Amino acid sequence: MINLTIDGKNYKGEKGENLLQVGLNNGFDIPHLCYHENLSPYGGCRLCLIEVTRGERTTLTTSCTYPGEEGLQVKTSTPQVLKARRLMMEIILALAPSSSHIQSLAGKMGVERTPFNYQKEGEGCIKCGLCVRACEELVGAGVLTFSHKGPQRKVEPPFGEEPKNCIGCGTCVYVCPAGCLTMEDTPQERKIDRWKRRMEMKTCQKCHQPYMPTPQIEYILKGPPDPPPEKWLSCCPICRRKG
Amino acid sequence: MKRLTSITDLEKLQKDLALRRKGENLLVTLCQGTGCKAYESHKIYEAFEKELNARNLREKVSLRSTGCHGFCEQGPLAVIFPGEICYCRVKAEDIPEIVEKTLIKGETVERLLFQDPEGGKRYAREEDIPFYRHQERLLLGQNRLLDPRSIKDYIALGGYQALGKVLAEMTPSEVVEEVKKSNLRGRGGAGFPTGIKWETTSQAPGEEKYVVVNADEGDPGAYMDRSLLEGNPHLVLEGLIIGAYAMGAKKGFIFLRQEYPLALENLRLALKEARDYGLLGENILGTSFSFEAVTKRGAGAFVTGESSALVAAIEGRVGEPGPKHINTALQGIGGKPTALNNVETWANIPRILERGASWYASLGNRENTGTKIFSLVGKVNNTGLIEVPLGTTLKTIIFDIGGGIKGGKKFKAVQTGGPSGGCLPEKYLDLPVDFDRLRELGSMMGSGGMIVMDEDSCMVDVARYFMQFLKEESCGKCISCREGINMMYDILEGIALGKGREEELELLEELAWATHKASLCGLGKTAANPVTSTLKYFRQEYLAHLKEKRCPAGVCKALISYTLDQEKCNGCGRCQKLCPVKALEGERGSPPHLNHPLCIKCGICFEACPFKAIYVQ
Repeated sequence: MINLTIDGKNYKGEKGENLLQVGLNNGFDIPHLCYHENLSPYGGCRLCLIEVTRGERTTLTTSCTYPGEEGLQVKTSTPQVLKARRLMMEIILALAPSSSHIQSLAGKMGVERTPFNYQKEGEGCIKCGLCVRACEELVGAGVLTFSHKGPQRKVEPPFGEEPKNCIGCGTCVYVCPAGCLTMEDTPQERKIDRWKRRMEMKTCQKCHQPYMPTPQIEYILKGPPDPPPEKWLSCCPICRRKG
Repeated sequence: MKRLTSITDLEKLQKDLALRRKGENLLVTLCQGTGCKAYESHKIYEAFEKELNARNLREKVSLRSTGCHGFCEQGPLAVIFPGEICYCRVKAEDIPEIVEKTLIKGETVERLLFQDPEGGKRYAREEDIPFYRHQERLLLGQNRLLDPRSIKDYIALGGYQALGKVLAEMTPSEVVEEVKKSNLRGRGGAGFPTGIKWETTSQAPGEEKYVVVNADEGDPGAYMDRSLLEGNPHLVLEGLIIGAYAMGAKKGFIFLRQEYPLALENLRLALKEARDYGLLGENILGTSFSFEAVTKRGAGAFVTGESSALVAAIEGRVGEPGPKHINTALQGIGGKPTALNNVETWANIPRILERGASWYASLGNRENTGTKIFSLVGKVNNTGLIEVPLGTTLKTIIFDIGGGIKGGKKFKAVQTGGPSGGCLPEKYLDLPVDFDRLRELGSMMGSGGMIVMDEDSCMVDVARYFMQFLKEESCGKCISCREGINMMYDILEGIALGKGREEELELLEELAWATHKASLCGLGKTAANPVTSTLKYFRQEYLAHLKEKRCPAGVCKALISYTLDQEKCNGCGRCQKLCPVKALEGERGSPPHLNHPLCIKCGICFEACPFKAIYVQ
């Protein structure tokens, strides 16, 4: 355990644990969009900025990428921190004007409107990379990547082609804070349009309803060291519970 | 060649080679740097060879292909020793005359000597030419003397003696101490004290350590590092080997920009020759010290010049910057301590150890010691690579060395430090150029780019241009940098098109602040400099664009129009002939009529008119 101060009060945290998590654990409302506790920190959205004093040096830094250590002094709401966060939020709001999650976070930060106009082919993506990391680190499929640099940067499967390794689990859709990813199920197939991915759906043997994409079932069966029996996956969770 | 197995071997070889060099009565050195090569300087070499053979002089005259001499404005360059006669803009057809007059008769070919654009005076000796006279060429000086593809040339001029001295007389910590005492600061731009970085790496725990040369020079118009690597690769390599000894590194990387094929070629040859001579590899000069170095090529991203991005690229990952609380000196390549320095920084090392830290520290000023190479480009008479002690004033650089502004125009601003440097106005011409002064004024040293602008440059357009470059080169990770620069660009573009609103200046300032404050790496943190500095020093020009919809410098196309002065025009028809859209109508012999809706404002007529009858408003 380490001791550090946040906004003048003493707190404890784990050594190496990132300062955003330490702050959140202790009830500090630090805004963030590209951070998820189960994924490696990235520091792209720049919303979780804080001021850290280490020794004699004070820096404005993203809290999600800064590891906790003994004696750090953290300030979460200095004028400079709040100004920088406001400007970041105004930019993000311009990038994803129709995301309800971002609108509500902006509202909490007191940002109602954005002075920026950004009607380009950003398609609502804020390039936070949560989907990329979730696919790589949690799912293990690793079908998404960043391509290009500068404002042209975007998230896509390699070469922008349909990713054959995508199992259609939908984790990317679930983690996306900008709401720019959609997944649609029809009786025959699952579609994730943004990745140009279409997959056949497996039908439950009992109720005959589609319930999981076939590639996902195949992935689960060959995936973990101790996969469930094939029979277990032959019906949907509802029928499985009914026995 | 027999491998050198002791320091005495090296000393002996140096004496032999120096003696042999002394015996060269006539020497011609020809710049074959990338700049002169573009003017087909290789043909000049061939022409010399042919002429010397024809006159049976090949044995008596030594001919050397060298790297960049620096005075690129006047290239291709040839220098003839003894006498150090410098011939400018040499062409293959001039060679017979040079051989006849200078090499045989000892006379000079007047018309090939440098002529001062102001006053018309000609100079024969290279060191008398104002461009060279005001310089202190500690690192670049050897470029005009040696063939970069010959380790013998380098050794003959005293090369690798610093390494020999270090291995014979100094412990690794003494070397670190000497570098610390010299006060050398990193030449890549940040100006961090090299000795302290070295100390950190040398004291870091662990056996495995690395040394890295950052040769990912990406600033537009800057070629300091390229010219050192092309022209004197062994100097950089010697510095690297000394550094490896000082810090206990067994392996080194030279991370070279992909776009530098000649530098790569010369560097690879230098590595091979150094290996053959026992100056690289196992048991260097017969000592227990072993070190190996390899080249790594970048994939063309500007941002990989940033230390953590460069480390990522060497490791084979995407070249994007990583967290800043991790110090590369402690945790670099593969998490091992890594001393990463710029090409020019490494090149300073042999000089410091040859002549001592106190001598080195006597150059420049107290906090900024030694010399710095700048690439002086833009609207100056003498463009090229220059080297001056730190603390030299902008005035000396631009007017004494650079020969003032081209075409008798007025100086307007100088941008230092590459694309993310600031633009400084006339009132700072007396400013001593060093790391701290430049930063105080909102610019920076960077790696040494220096772009001079005259009265015809529009500062809004300049800021817009650099934002365009930087937005393309931002890696795109931080929103503040990726979108901040992009939005600044959009606003500037609007102002240049005459669509800007006055309140956008405030927004521009806020964006500049946020890009600087909220971004992770040096690229983002400095990207707004061109905007903040032009807003600070040239605000009136922004206001003219916004309020009066007028571009005072006559650059922003949407805000200017051309008019024809009927009185001054004599109807020569030159403009009509050149106009690509035939907007100048009328019969030849009388002043034409300018059809404004057709005009695309290309400015060709304006530049071509011999009577200055066309105005820009």
